[in-house]
Amino acid sequence: MEANLHFPDPSVVREELIQKYPTKVAKKRAKSIIVNDPEIIPEVQANVRTVPGIITQRGCSYAGCKGVVLGPTRDIVNIVHGPIGCSFYAWLTRRNQTRTESLMDANYIPYCFSTDMQEENIVFGGEKKLKIAIQEAYDLFHPKSIAIFSTCPVGLIGDDVHAASKEMREKFGDCNVFGFSCEGYRGVSQSAGHHIANNGVFKHMVGRNNTPSVGKFKLNLLGEYNIGGDAFEIERIFDKVGITLVSSFSGNSTVSQIENAHTADLNVILCHRSINYMGDMMETKYGIPWMKVNFVGADSTAKSLRKIAEYFGDEGLKAKVEEVIAEEMPRVKAIIEEILPRTTGKTAMLFVGGSRAHHYQDLFSELGMTTVAAGYEFAHRDDYEGRDVLPKIKVDADSKNIEELKVLPDPELYNPRKTEAELEALKEKGLEINGYSGMMKQMTKKSLIVDDLSHYESEKLIEIYKPDIFCAGIKEKYVVQKMGIPLKQLHSYDYGGPYTGFEGAVNFYKDIDRMVNNPVWKLIKAPWQKAAITNGKSKGLEASYVTQ
Amino acid sequence: MLLRHTTKEVKEREGLTINPAKTCQPIGAMYAALGIHGCLPHSHGSQGCCSYHRSTLTRHYKEPVMAATSSFTEGASVFGGQANLLAAIETIFSVYEPDIIAVHSTCLSETIGDDLQQITRKARDDGKIPEGKHVIFASTPSFIGSHVTGYANMVTGIAEQFAVSTGTKKNQINIIAGWMEPSDMREIKRLSKELGVKIVLFPDTSDVLDAPQTGKHVFYPKGGTTVEELQSTGDSIYSLALGSISAEPAAIALEKKCKVGFETLDIPIGLTATDRFIMKMSEVAKVSVPDEITEERGRLVDVMADMEQYLYGKRVALFGDPDQLLPLTEFLLDLNMKPVHIVSGTPGQRFEKDMRQLLDARSPETNFKNGLQADMFLLHQWMKNEPVDLLIGNTYGKYMARDEDVPFIRFGFPILDRIGHSYFPNVGYSGGLRLVEKILSALMDRQDRDALEEKFELVM
Repeated sequence: MEANLHFPDPSVVREELIQKYPTKVAKKRAKSIIVNDPEIIPEVQANVRTVPGIITQRGCSYAGCKGVVLGPTRDIVNIVHGPIGCSFYAWLTRRNQTRTESLMDANYIPYCFSTDMQEENIVFGGEKKLKIAIQEAYDLFHPKSIAIFSTCPVGLIGDDVHAASKEMREKFGDCNVFGFSCEGYRGVSQSAGHHIANNGVFKHMVGRNNTPSVGKFKLNLLGEYNIGGDAFEIERIFDKVGITLVSSFSGNSTVSQIENAHTADLNVILCHRSINYMGDMMETKYGIPWMKVNFVGADSTAKSLRKIAEYFGDEGLKAKVEEVIAEEMPRVKAIIEEILPRTTGKTAMLFVGGSRAHHYQDLFSELGMTTVAAGYEFAHRDDYEGRDVLPKIKVDADSKNIEELKVLPDPELYNPRKTEAELEALKEKGLEINGYSGMMKQMTKKSLIVDDLSHYESEKLIEIYKPDIFCAGIKEKYVVQKMGIPLKQLHSYDYGGPYTGFEGAVNFYKDIDRMVNNPVWKLIKAPWQKAAITNGKSKGLEASYVTQ
Repeated sequence: MLLRHTTKEVKEREGLTINPAKTCQPIGAMYAALGIHGCLPHSHGSQGCCSYHRSTLTRHYKEPVMAATSSFTEGASVFGGQANLLAAIETIFSVYEPDIIAVHSTCLSETIGDDLQQITRKARDDGKIPEGKHVIFASTPSFIGSHVTGYANMVTGIAEQFAVSTGTKKNQINIIAGWMEPSDMREIKRLSKELGVKIVLFPDTSDVLDAPQTGKHVFYPKGGTTVEELQSTGDSIYSLALGSISAEPAAIALEKKCKVGFETLDIPIGLTATDRFIMKMSEVAKVSVPDEITEERGRLVDVMADMEQYLYGKRVALFGDPDQLLPLTEFLLDLNMKPVHIVSGTPGQRFEKDMRQLLDARSPETNFKNGLQADMFLLHQWMKNEPVDLLIGNTYGKYMARDEDVPFIRFGFPILDRIGHSYFPNVGYSGGLRLVEKILSALMDRQDRDALEEKFELVM
């Protein structure tokens, strides 16, 4: 069923969004608010500084480094060097599920470690306290690894977390200690922290264990953080088709898996934004190609499995993949067919993350829903426009501050898994080898793209479009719902999930059906208010907001 | 076991904090500023601070929490954040039109030495603050104190920067709210009304962080202390500060600036703390206590007497913030229960002294620690050594409660996994009743769960 939707002229909407801003701000924001054309793919301003005071969704570099990338690995003791808050706020709030094999296995995810810097540490330096903290962590837990994360004041007072880590690493001998300069002010968003994390994990973890991994089809899952159990579902499917997961970066992962990652033959990337650096660096050093896949959406999952089978080029694997898809799909189809009549024709907006605002469009389209506007919180132009745009991206001062590792082929371990010609042939077949075509190509003409959406813009968009569902994060959740529009959190999944794979698709269909058709949205007005509306005394329920 | 690495053996630590029973100053400042009507809190630092604080407050209240940030980048960190703050003030007043911007600092802006007084003055001189609008500030370095300190600093900033003494006294009493929930503030206002005492309560997050669903997002909800009310605090006859850590500094500032005398009381949690509050109100405002309040009190005492057998001797571990822990501990003692372990990450000799005094008189063997390394890891170790029947604290306690199989009551900040705290008060006699009900339900549900079949009771 084709949706019959009438939308306002997006270029008019664009003008309205920036109207209230001071001139300079309006000029800047205009470049981040783009009317999409999938044929041409217009340029989107992204990964630039947020206007102070505008009320942004964005967080900081530390959040991207510790919270996103390193947080999900269960057996690293992550010590946050700084005042208490940074460690406190990143404590268990991202829902990275993890499953140890036994009660004896290390799992530090439920713990929060901090040096709790005090004024004297700011004035006289905090390195001494940091080293004491590392020693205490080592004595208490004897972990395989200890990672140190720098918060804002650390960089400013000049504490050298790398030197301290090195000293302690050498002292212990049996514990890998390493640091991250992921101070919150670096870069313009969480994205800087992802890059810093990628560098650190690549330098200090990957390649430490050369034990050959066992299996015929060996891959690493990159940019998957096991929120709500997403990785569990992907692991289930991989098991079923006979794919060996060497390591995950970093959902449900362990230190030793990551240290062994370079023995895999393929890197598949889910969240391009947070982990593409790792894919590139591992290809250069070890010769492992990476491929963009998407396990959000049942059709996307099937497609991604077929791509993986195509990559390995094994007829047995291809047949097994088809068998598994044939086995999994009927249940998914049965459920979506039951739900479709209730969701078809509805509209969604997605403003979240660095890949989710793209991936979840697949699920909405499976639900017969149209994404009328979307944007990322911390993505770069390549996540919107595709990686072809990379050479054209101007490196500004904020990006220049983030180290680009100089990576060379490893003299012993470099082993190209595929020849250039083979890779080209795979690309011909539509596999996104070392590539990503971005969000805009998939979105309809005249849909609206907004990067780093401000609070003001979000309320205006809701007023104008009145979408049936809005997808963002916890800070937006209750604001949007106060306007009578359900908000689906795509960071925490509203404490549900998983949403990946076949099981995940079913979960998502059901959740969205429940949300957009929930009777509560019709209960907002009291009977006497409704009576007044009928009498023409008051306007009906409308999404809007009030500043005064 | 979720906290499988927590050992029974307690070792002194000097560098490492594990599972903190506190967080940092700015979130307290943000919370306090939300209790001013028409105010937009502003975080002067990196974006992450603002994002984390908004997220935590949102998870705690399940309500919109609006706040802006100076969005520091490396440049701002090197050259100072003045340009960012000035730009933010301009953007905020044109886009979000608040009456007040309440700026608080962060560890970043404090470390580089940004002077909020100077920058906000410059904003005024440069004409960036529209006529009739206000920018107030509080210095809230994250490396000193805790979230409670930040709350106190912002409340002090509010008092200092708004209160005016006109020379004509107003027949009203200032009640400076220590860190409490919107429900508690609503209850303080109700009790004052029952007593017939005109008060100015500040900050006041009721009708801000418990706003109704109307189909509209009201950016500045109807609640919050108004600027006029705040200005009038300088003419009030007296101030009552509820909480020596979170509220008293503002009372001192008011006395200094406007010569309003004050007294500090505990937050009225539990029977005796509420008694002191009601007595003090009646004394200061020269009103007699109406029968309705005496009856409310009577209902609480009645339940305490009727259910005493289920409470007697029950061993409790608790963690949280000083101004809540003091009266809560006192209440547990009044209930004939046994506070066994008490931990608070918030440092301060005043709190240490007050708690020690209370414990020395009534429960000298209680383990108590506050400040550095007074964390949940330590509390958990204590619990492993001397087990308890009940754990009281914020949501993070659920991990310990599950591992040790101990009944758990959520109390304090943050509560991320249950509702109720913003709607039902813990203060006053009715709040006491709610606490007793919660304690009894937790203990008696456990008794029911664990009872042998032949010992399972119908009537309790």
